[in-house]
Amino acid sequence: MSNQFRREAETVERFLDSTLESVDHAEEITVGLAKKAGFDEDDLTKIGMAVRESMVNAVVHGNRYNANKKVRFSVSKDAGELVVRIADEGEGFDIDTLPDPLAPENLFRNSGRGIFLIRSFMDDFRVRRLDPGGMEVTLVKRTVSK
Amino acid sequence: MSVKLNTRQVGDVSVMDVAGRITLGEGSSAMRDALRDMVAKNQKKILLNLGDVTYIDSSGIGELVSGFTSVTNSGGQLKLLGLNKRVKDLLQITKLYTVFDVHEEEASAIRSFS
Repeated sequence: MSNQFRREAETVERFLDSTLESVDHAEEITVGLAKKAGFDEDDLTKIGMAVRESMVNAVVHGNRYNANKKVRFSVSKDAGELVVRIADEGEGFDIDTLPDPLAPENLFRNSGRGIFLIRSFMDDFRVRRLDPGGMEVTLVKRTVSK
Repeated sequence: MSVKLNTRQVGDVSVMDVAGRITLGEGSSAMRDALRDMVAKNQKKILLNLGDVTYIDSSGIGELVSGFTSVTNSGGQLKLLGLNKRVKDLLQITKLYTVFDVHEEEASAIRSFS
């Protein structure tokens, strides 16, 4: 019964305000769905953190807390995989030009670790520019280890 | 409030007990302000007790690093106490665990200040 429950596909989609409250909300929704998917406590923590970091990037760096801009958030669970998509309406960024937070010259910076943590915690992380504007990140975590 | 801070004196060491979530917004700002206040008051020996920290994000880590830099640049020492597994893992993967002097027990942490 529990296995069948976990295998059911489910998607939640929201258009969220560009606020820190939305960061909490997205994390809560994601961790809730991840629990239903059967992830253990360690993975739940990692997933929650990765979603928080992605949402902060969208709210703070992408939309810059602009009340007129929304964050499109979705999380899906299906067949042992959790997929989170977060899209902002900002100017976008080039992920290849981001400084390496582990480089000695960057170690004492007070920011710049978000994407590194997302990549550390998730199995897949993809970024794409949206047309006509904004960025979408896709985070994937599998219940079966890679 | 997402984070609770309590500062006490143990000899010449200022111990700041941090409880709750150190995340972007209220939590990280509160810790930043408290550390700045300690530096402004010329406190040279600061021990951050993170034993009751339930969650820290990259912003919180950034404030720990900023605090460490500020205290060190002012000629002081900032050390960490009581990291749980989550915080310890985060500091390790961000290569910051060896930057800080981390202790598991308060008495020995206090004694370690020069």
